[in-house]
Amino acid sequence: MKKKTSVTGRICMALVFLFLYAPLIYILFFSFNDSNSTSLFAGFSVRWYKTLFTEEDIIVALRNTLILAVLSSVIAVVLGTAASIGIDACKKGWFRTGIMSVTNIPMMAPEIVTGISMMLLFVFVGRLVNKSDVLGFPTLLIAHVTFNLPYVILSVMPKLRQVDPHLPEAAEDLGMKPVRAFFKVVVPEIVPGILTGLIMSFTMSFDDFIISYFTSGPGFQTLPIAIYSMTKKRVKPDMYALSAIMFVCIFILLVVYNFVQARSQRREKK
Amino acid sequence: MKNRVFSAKAASAPYVVWSVLFVIAPLVFVAYYAFTGSDGGFTLVNISKFFSAYFDTFIRSLWYGVLSTIICLIIAYPFAYWLAHSGASVQRTCVMLVMLPMWMNFLIRTYAWMNILQDTGIINAALSKLGFDTVHMINTGGAVIFGMVYNFLPYMILPLYSIMTKIDPSMLDAASDLGCSKLQSIIKVVLPQSVPGIVSGITMVFVPSVSTFYISQKLGGGSFDLIGDVIERQFTLSYNYNLGAALSLVLMVLILVSMFFMRRFSDADSDGEVLM
Repeated sequence: MKKKTSVTGRICMALVFLFLYAPLIYILFFSFNDSNSTSLFAGFSVRWYKTLFTEEDIIVALRNTLILAVLSSVIAVVLGTAASIGIDACKKGWFRTGIMSVTNIPMMAPEIVTGISMMLLFVFVGRLVNKSDVLGFPTLLIAHVTFNLPYVILSVMPKLRQVDPHLPEAAEDLGMKPVRAFFKVVVPEIVPGILTGLIMSFTMSFDDFIISYFTSGPGFQTLPIAIYSMTKKRVKPDMYALSAIMFVCIFILLVVYNFVQARSQRREKK
Repeated sequence: MKNRVFSAKAASAPYVVWSVLFVIAPLVFVAYYAFTGSDGGFTLVNISKFFSAYFDTFIRSLWYGVLSTIICLIIAYPFAYWLAHSGASVQRTCVMLVMLPMWMNFLIRTYAWMNILQDTGIINAALSKLGFDTVHMINTGGAVIFGMVYNFLPYMILPLYSIMTKIDPSMLDAASDLGCSKLQSIIKVVLPQSVPGIVSGITMVFVPSVSTFYISQKLGGGSFDLIGDVIERQFTLSYNYNLGAALSLVLMVLILVSMFFMRRFSDADSDGEVLM
C-alpha cells in the first residue's frame, strides 16, 4: 500500500487550506495597520498591539472569559466523570438510553435554541424571586457547564468501556477497599479521556458566543460578547491584534500538544 | 459487589439532577412560552406565525443550509480521502491545521471575510489593478452561503477523515486486484463504509447553518434574513419571547425529525459515540 497522495490531490488540499486561512492571514496582516481601518493598509505599525493593553474592557472581558472557561470546564469534568462512571455501571435499559439521549440534546439542538431555552428558564426564575437582573455570571456558568457536560461524558465513556472489569476486582481481592481500588486502578486508565473532555470543554467555553449571548447580562461580559458588540460598529485593528495574539497562543499550544501526543504514540508502539 | 454497583450508579445522580434542571426544564419552558400569549393564556397564534409571516424566511434558511451542507460535503469528501491516504506526520499536521481556525473566534473571522469581500476590499482592489471589472460579492445570498461553508467546513472534514482512517486499506487493494478502477473502488468500497461519517458531517454542518444569525447579518447585510435572525430579534430587540420560543420550537422539531430519519438511514448507534 503506497501512502502517497497525487499531485492534484495535494493542490486541492492546499487550496482548501488557503480558503481556511485566508481570513486569518488577513487578520494578521491588518493587525499591523497604521491607520484605524481594517480594509485600507496605510503602513506598518505595532500601535494596535500597544493600545490593546490599555483597553480596560477588553482586558476585563478576557479575564472573565478565562475565569468562566476554567470554572465551567472543571465543574463539567467533575460532574461528567462521575456521571460516566454511574452510567457505565448501569445495564442497557430505559435508564441508560434515556440518560444518553438527554446527553445528546445540547449537542444536537441548535445553539440558539439551547441559548434561548436557558434564558427563558433564568428569566422565569428571576421573576419568581423578583430579580430583574438575574442574567450574569451564575447563569453563564450554569449554561457553560451544561453544554460542556456532553463532551466530557462522550470522551470519558469510551475509555471506561475499555477498562477491564476484572482489574478493580483483582485489586479488591488483593485487599484494597473498593473506593481505593477504583482510584488506583480505574482512574489512571480513564485519565486520557478526562483530559480530552477538559480540553474540549475549555475551548468550547472559551469560544462560545451564541449561548453566552442569550444567558449573559450587562454586568459580566465575555470576550466573544465584547467582540460581538464591537463588530456591530466598525471594528478597529485592535480586535485584529487581539485575534493575532490569540492565534499565536493557540498555535503554540497545538504544536506542543501534537508533539507530546506524537511522542506518546511512538512510545506506545515500542 | 452489589453495593459497589449501587454506589457507582449513585455517582450519576448529580448529573441527572443537573440535566433535568438545565436541559429538560428549559425545553419545557420553550414549549410553554410557544403555546402561550403575552397574557399567559393558551394560544396557537405564535406557532401559526411560523407558517405565515416567517415561512419565506424559513424556506430561505433551509435552502441555504442545504446548499452549504452540500458544498461542504463536495469539498470535504475528497479532502478527507486524500488526507487519510497521506503519511502519518502529514495527517497529524493537517488535522491540526484544520482544527486551528475553529478555535479562533468565528465573529472575527466572519468580519474579516466581510472586509475581504466588500466592494472596496482586497479582492476587488486586485481585480481592478489587473484591469478586470470589480465583482459585487458582499451583501448577497451567495456571500451568506460562502460564510456558512467557511465556518462549518471543518465540522464536515473531521468526521469524514476519522471514518476514512478506519477503512481497511487492504480492501482498496483487493478491489483493484479484482479489476476495479480507482473511481469504482471509491464508489464501491469507500463510499458505503463512510456513510456514518457523512451522516455526522451533514448534521454538524446543517444544524448550525440553518440556525445561524451572525453570518447572515454580516455577509448578507441584513437583506437576507434567516430564521435565526428573526429568533434573535425576538429576544434582544422586540422582546416577544412567546414568538421567539414558538419559532425555536418549530425549528428544533424540524431539525430533530430530519436527524431522526438521517440516523435511521445510517443505523448509527449513538450510545456514547463521539461525533468527531
